[in-house]
Amino acid sequence: MATVYMNNYLIVAIFLFLGILLPVGALTLARFLRPSNPTEEKRKTYESGVEPVGSSWVQFNVKYYIFALLFVVFDVETVFLYPWAVAYDSLGLFALVEMVIFIVLLVIGLIYAWKKKVLEWN
Amino acid sequence: MGAYLEQSLGWQNGFIFVLSAVILLAIVLGFVTYSIYFQRKILGWMQLRIGPNRVGPFGLLQTVADVLKLLLKEDIIPKAADKPLFILAPVLAFMPAFAVLAVMPFTESLHFADLGVGLLYYIAISGITVLGVVTGGWASNNKWALIGAMRSAAQMISYEIPLVLSVVGVILMTGSLNLIDIVEKQKEMGMWFFIPQFLGFVIFIIAQLAELSRTPFDLTEAESELISGYHVEYSGFRWAFFMLAEYVYIFAMASLTTVLFLGGWLPPFEFLGFIPGIVWFAIKFCAIVFFIFWLQATFPRMRVDQLMQMGWKVLLPLALVNILITAVLKTVL
Repeated sequence: MATVYMNNYLIVAIFLFLGILLPVGALTLARFLRPSNPTEEKRKTYESGVEPVGSSWVQFNVKYYIFALLFVVFDVETVFLYPWAVAYDSLGLFALVEMVIFIVLLVIGLIYAWKKKVLEWN
Repeated sequence: MGAYLEQSLGWQNGFIFVLSAVILLAIVLGFVTYSIYFQRKILGWMQLRIGPNRVGPFGLLQTVADVLKLLLKEDIIPKAADKPLFILAPVLAFMPAFAVLAVMPFTESLHFADLGVGLLYYIAISGITVLGVVTGGWASNNKWALIGAMRSAAQMISYEIPLVLSVVGVILMTGSLNLIDIVEKQKEMGMWFFIPQFLGFVIFIIAQLAELSRTPFDLTEAESELISGYHVEYSGFRWAFFMLAEYVYIFAMASLTTVLFLGGWLPPFEFLGFIPGIVWFAIKFCAIVFFIFWLQATFPRMRVDQLMQMGWKVLLPLALVNILITAVLKTVL
């Protein structure tokens, strides 16, 4: 049993490794094939032909941050839902009621965000 | 593959694991090459054009020529860019697209890692892609790239929630996260999950299109307004890896849809069982890939406000309703 377990994760490791090796390998190969002639104009930031003004590393719209927060809330919910769904057969009615309460709490949060017009996008 | 998994690790089966992964990688790259060709052909035919037909017979070598051209292109890194992150981003975008395939079963015997948490692994790893996109957009130090990356990230995380919630119905019905068990359960029920889980299936398809940034959700590219979004500063092979990741994801998502909702390698009728499972898998897989390309010729692009509202106000509540209906029906019946 332990061998199967180890071997399965070995395959996962091989896939992760190959996924990194292909881009690194291909880009290394390309280094010997492609020309390299950087000029000042070429290395300029592209802005539709206009001289770029300032850096783009600026404070950005807070809207995106709020969506990220909502995402975290619901993603954590999913983390709880997955084991619940797997073990549902053995847990029975009790688990159903528990999960309904849990989902309702989160739905209240969603409705609050909805009413606060967080979900609008202007 | 199952037999090799049970042996203790030695040179022989270790070699076979590596070899099979390399073969799958080669198949995936072949798929990407020809899916791009067929996408262009299909779109061409649908718009009464011919599509690529110059390079090789019927234009079959067009994508190969494109890849070679990209390989020989100069690699330009803008002076203002954050160089280490700029180099890291394409790798970060591509790696998860291929790594998720480790748990994908193609037939009963042809599978790679047989993880108990297969589906969870897929979802967890595929979440890394957003990081690659944001890193690429931020490191470019370009305003278009930054807006494109932020939009991409907002779209991907908004649709990831309905995507992962829509499969909870399938997990409820199976009682397992293992992808092989999910297909076996469909065999046992004599019904593919897209029938009892129809709502989940529809949500999954819509959310997966948004995750893949395909039409009608291709706002992240938006050539006309964002000049192709987060990878605007990328050129040559680094850019190619973002594109490659996108098409490898189509491979992974079409496989996952086949396994979860369309019965994987199962034949539609018992008497067709003499045809090998891999053929059935390939037919369903190709149908989904065709569907994705077909939409591209049919739908206009959505507006960004419509997109976000649909994710949060329509798909998310529907996905929760789907979970409750499935759970209640399971207790009642």
